[in-house]
Amino acid sequence: MTKTKITSNSRRRSGNVGLMIPMYVFTILFVALPILYLFLLSFLQRAQVWGVDFTFTLDNYKRILEPLYLDTFWQSLKLAFTATFFVALIGYPYGYFMAKMNAVWKRRMLLLIMIPFWTSALIRLYGWIIVFRSNGVLDKILMGLHLTKQPLKLLYTYPAVVVGMVYSLLPFMILAVYSSAEKLDASLVEASRDLGASAWKAFWTVSFRLTLPGLLSGVVLSFIPSMGLFFIADILGGNKIVLVGSVIQEQITKGRNQPFAAALSAVLMILTSVMIRLYRKITGTSQLEGMM
Amino acid sequence: MGESILQLRQIRKSFDNTEVLKGIDLEVAQGEFITLLGASGCGKTTTLRIIAGLELPDAGQVILEGQDITNREPNKRDVNTVFQNYALFPHMNVSDNVGYGLKIRKVPKAEIERKVEQALRLVQLEEYGKRMPDQLSGGQKQRIAIARAVINEPKVLLLDEPLGALDLKLRRQMQLELKRLQKRLGITFIYITHDQEEAINMSDRIGVMHEGILEQLGTPNEVYYQPQTSYVADFVGNANILHKNGETFAIRSENILMNGETVCTREAVVVEKSFAGGQLRILFRLPDGQTLTASRYGIDNDLQPGQKVKIGWDAKDAVKVIDNDKDENHK
Repeated sequence: MTKTKITSNSRRRSGNVGLMIPMYVFTILFVALPILYLFLLSFLQRAQVWGVDFTFTLDNYKRILEPLYLDTFWQSLKLAFTATFFVALIGYPYGYFMAKMNAVWKRRMLLLIMIPFWTSALIRLYGWIIVFRSNGVLDKILMGLHLTKQPLKLLYTYPAVVVGMVYSLLPFMILAVYSSAEKLDASLVEASRDLGASAWKAFWTVSFRLTLPGLLSGVVLSFIPSMGLFFIADILGGNKIVLVGSVIQEQITKGRNQPFAAALSAVLMILTSVMIRLYRKITGTSQLEGMM
Repeated sequence: MGESILQLRQIRKSFDNTEVLKGIDLEVAQGEFITLLGASGCGKTTTLRIIAGLELPDAGQVILEGQDITNREPNKRDVNTVFQNYALFPHMNVSDNVGYGLKIRKVPKAEIERKVEQALRLVQLEEYGKRMPDQLSGGQKQRIAIARAVINEPKVLLLDEPLGALDLKLRRQMQLELKRLQKRLGITFIYITHDQEEAINMSDRIGVMHEGILEQLGTPNEVYYQPQTSYVADFVGNANILHKNGETFAIRSENILMNGETVCTREAVVVEKSFAGGQLRILFRLPDGQTLTASRYGIDNDLQPGQKVKIGWDAKDAVKVIDNDKDENHK
């Protein structure tokens, strides 16, 4: 009896493995191997003229510790924190209330965040240039309302980059929060009110606590890309704001120093996986809310 | 009836232009176990939610101990609810769930601990304080939900089909437990169910609701033996409804007599018979086309479909009722 069970079980399992092979092949070819290659590359040297020298070195990592690059990491982290903070500030209420709306309004609110996806991200960023540039749309509105007297010269400033980042990352936060708020059982809030909690207290002790996985998932999903969205910093920040992503891109294209770019990427990846680890630890779940 | 603790006066409520409560009047006595009985959609849950403050009535008043609480927020009423799906907070363990109401009211920690322990003992789950709700069985969740509500010592405890999700055996056991608990605590219970047996077993009084109207309010005996409307007779007593000379009568199936007894003067044809729950049920058709059901204990297999028999009933068992299909007020 037990024996037959085991064989049938193992047969079923081997059948599953057969079906999974394409997935493993795909993952190994396109995810595992490139990452391995990246880490390998980060321990090699840049060749004098073109390509890489196959000599082992830790210099690339030492170089990251130079004040110039440490500062770049610090600036990137700061910008990522700032952007993520505003993304959460706007995205959480939006996603939360979207989940509470009736079907019609839900569709409308969802459409509002989906429409921008139908246009190229680059074109949308150039739209922001029109808004921010001197005597641009924003200046005209503010001066028209007599709120400001001269153009604000917002383009190529830190706030412009933050706005661009927040704008690009907001949908991730909204969808993550929405997905966890959607699952929130309304009777739990009623139970809390019934047991003596004010509306605010009920939100804080029940609704917020139960949508926290969504918020944290949104934080992870905004924070990680914001470290690498160099083109936003380039387009809206001019060359004043340099992010890790920008350095990596420059090292590959202009600097032709692939090993150093690989080392920077490796550090970025390690930071990212630490964040995901933290998320898992806090929420006790392995999957990011809003992603599948 | 003792001192009145809760009153509903002419409560009305509509959702999307459909009137679900059409003027509910109810007076509940201190310490009473009252059941609102009715099929789904009759308005019983809405009534309960209005008492809890989770819904506001369009018209009418809710009065608790002489005070008008109609528009008071749910957290400012001395009323607690046991929800149908239990609504235990999934992110808190059993102790934190039970102590939630006290913590919100900033009761000292030591006292919360003591009372939580007491409440868990009351529902016989002392050992379960550290468990999370998803580690409990349905019956255990039910008990925790009750403990979480009664720990606040509400003036009135509202129970919304609390046993609906449990299996029959557990439900019977919990009925007895709940009744015992209510006696012990002396708290007024307003209980909602669609199960007439449950209502009869537990209640001091039953209010039968039908399409937004409280059709009849009375003791289980009154509702069972003296139904006032054809709906109540049918819903509570599974009675036969017969029309004769413009009047409507309700006769419960066990009171239909047949063969040989002096009152058996009516001709009837056996249409079909079936055996269920230790009872034989026989469907008869009267010459005027009306049908009625008789029930007997045991398998009485003398009768065959198509057979003609004489049936009848004692005059006292034919209760005159208002016909819901004809009376405008009860439609």
